[in-house]
Amino acid sequence: MSTSNKFILSMEDVNKTFDGFKAISNLTFYMDEGELRVIIGPNGAGKSTMLDLITGRTRPDSGKIEYDLNTDLTRLNEYQINRLGIGRKFQTPSVYIDHTVFENVMLSLKGPRGVFAALFHRTTPDERDRIEEVLKTVGLSDRAQAKAGLLSHGQKQWLEIGMLIAQDPKLLLVDEPAAGMTDEETHKTGELLMRLEGKHSIVVIEHDMTFVRQIARKVTVLHQGTVLCEGSVDAVQNNERVIEVYLGRKKKT
Amino acid sequence: MAVVALLLLVVLPCLNRFPAPGSFLHVSDFQINLYGKYLCYAILAVGVDMLWGYTNLLSLGQALFFSLGGYMMGMYLMRMIGDLGQYHQPIPDFLVFLGWSKLPEFWRPFSSFPFAMLMAFALPGALAALFGFLAFRSRIRGVYFSILTQALTYAAWLLFFRNSLLMGGNNGFTDFKFILGYDLRTPRTQLVLYMITAAALILVYLGCRWLTRTKFGLVQQAIKTSENRVLFSGYAAGNYKLFVFVICSLIAALGGVLYVPQVGIINPSEMGTERSLEAVVWVAVGGRGTLIGPILGAVGVNALRSWITRAYPDLWQLMLGTLIIIVTVFMPKGIAGVPGQLSALGRRWKSRPETAPAVDPSQEPAAK
Repeated sequence: MSTSNKFILSMEDVNKTFDGFKAISNLTFYMDEGELRVIIGPNGAGKSTMLDLITGRTRPDSGKIEYDLNTDLTRLNEYQINRLGIGRKFQTPSVYIDHTVFENVMLSLKGPRGVFAALFHRTTPDERDRIEEVLKTVGLSDRAQAKAGLLSHGQKQWLEIGMLIAQDPKLLLVDEPAAGMTDEETHKTGELLMRLEGKHSIVVIEHDMTFVRQIARKVTVLHQGTVLCEGSVDAVQNNERVIEVYLGRKKKT
Repeated sequence: MAVVALLLLVVLPCLNRFPAPGSFLHVSDFQINLYGKYLCYAILAVGVDMLWGYTNLLSLGQALFFSLGGYMMGMYLMRMIGDLGQYHQPIPDFLVFLGWSKLPEFWRPFSSFPFAMLMAFALPGALAALFGFLAFRSRIRGVYFSILTQALTYAAWLLFFRNSLLMGGNNGFTDFKFILGYDLRTPRTQLVLYMITAAALILVYLGCRWLTRTKFGLVQQAIKTSENRVLFSGYAAGNYKLFVFVICSLIAALGGVLYVPQVGIINPSEMGTERSLEAVVWVAVGGRGTLIGPILGAVGVNALRSWITRAYPDLWQLMLGTLIIIVTVFMPKGIAGVPGQLSALGRRWKSRPETAPAVDPSQEPAAK
């Protein structure tokens, strides 16, 4: 692992224990700017915990997490980290179900986040254009005025990705975007993520190997809270240790 | 709402002033006073709903803020009794009873109406700000927040019971006589107070309606559906909750300020935990998450209560319980949700004959 590149994210020797269970152990992970990285691993490998650590939902017991060369993330909370340009999509779609699709994106648009700014905020034509553009990107233009709660599961996933895009983050963390989607929807999601590659740095956590094949250039395999191996999809799939801990068990699906 | 506003602000006072007493249309002074009280409760309920219905913060401490506002108003009114009390001393009766011969320092400024009004909002506001700051900073949510607000209310209740607080103890303040030089015991003063209360309620309603329609309101309601999403979208959800909490404590205080001169008494029972729970029931019955709902609920439940406690004094608790069950089971959106439920029912009713007749009435005769 060379350190000469510009890393958007670096985690070094990170540890996290929950009630004696070692969720993350000596995790070291680097990611280049503009990269699309896929993280796979069996259940309980620490994938979601890893995102929790990056986004400030939990704090590491030890280790370093740095963003954009030298911003220390371990001392900041969720909204401060988000304001630095790190957006996160949850495993189960979390959108504002009582708001319209349009409002969902509007609330996510990059801009001031303070209480008083919100009190006297008026949606400008510029913002309107941005929102339409985001909705077009995720293919929800015709549902703009629908309540988000009425969307199908797949559409909710896309809306949440749209909400991330609206924040214009540098780093996008996407937790199982294809979970519960039909094959066709999964494929569309893959295309969507690949369109975002380059403009943003993206981390995708995924189980679905067809989907991983579709989008991945570089895959990181997580096992028992630490990186098992890293490389192209083929290299990873042919790695014996990976087959042993992960793919062997995964045959059923 | 325009209809309700017109009814409260114009029609009721006119019916009090013009038709002859005893006529069918006449609204008695007693009833005006009663409605004044209900409207104070309605103000409290709107605040409860802004927290519970719009932000998912079930605060059981709103009666405390209501009472604090009321107590501050009460202190002013006590000073206005002058030496017309039972003991004919220039200090409030209960202080004489406790052996005081001169006014305690902290009572002194309450002879000034503006000062009392300032305190009526500053004290509940500051308490809400402090409590909210600590609670939201520690990310206290859901039922834990409710329990803490209830504990705060209970602590204050115990505190106000103590005579040594010099706030009237168990009996609180009563026997008020004047407000700003007007005699509180005349129907005319009471009518004006009623109208001020109605106007205040309408302003609170309009203010909250504005608030819920701003981007702030959208964030507030987003916190209700998915606080995590809000946090991970860069909003300091705690600050938003703190703001709403303080606003609603001020709304509650306003209700209390208007309540005391109309009801003529304020004592610790007003800040008991039951009152906070009752306010939640009004909101649930009227329609949580709407602004008209709490008003309908507060007025409706209290009117029902007045009637039942007079007609069947023993049955009120039972009726209230039944009412809660009926509302929860059949009217999950409260009174305010009934028109929506009815129209949904109507649509279903209408769509049924359209699908069914295709089978029987037209075809059967032809077959025969």
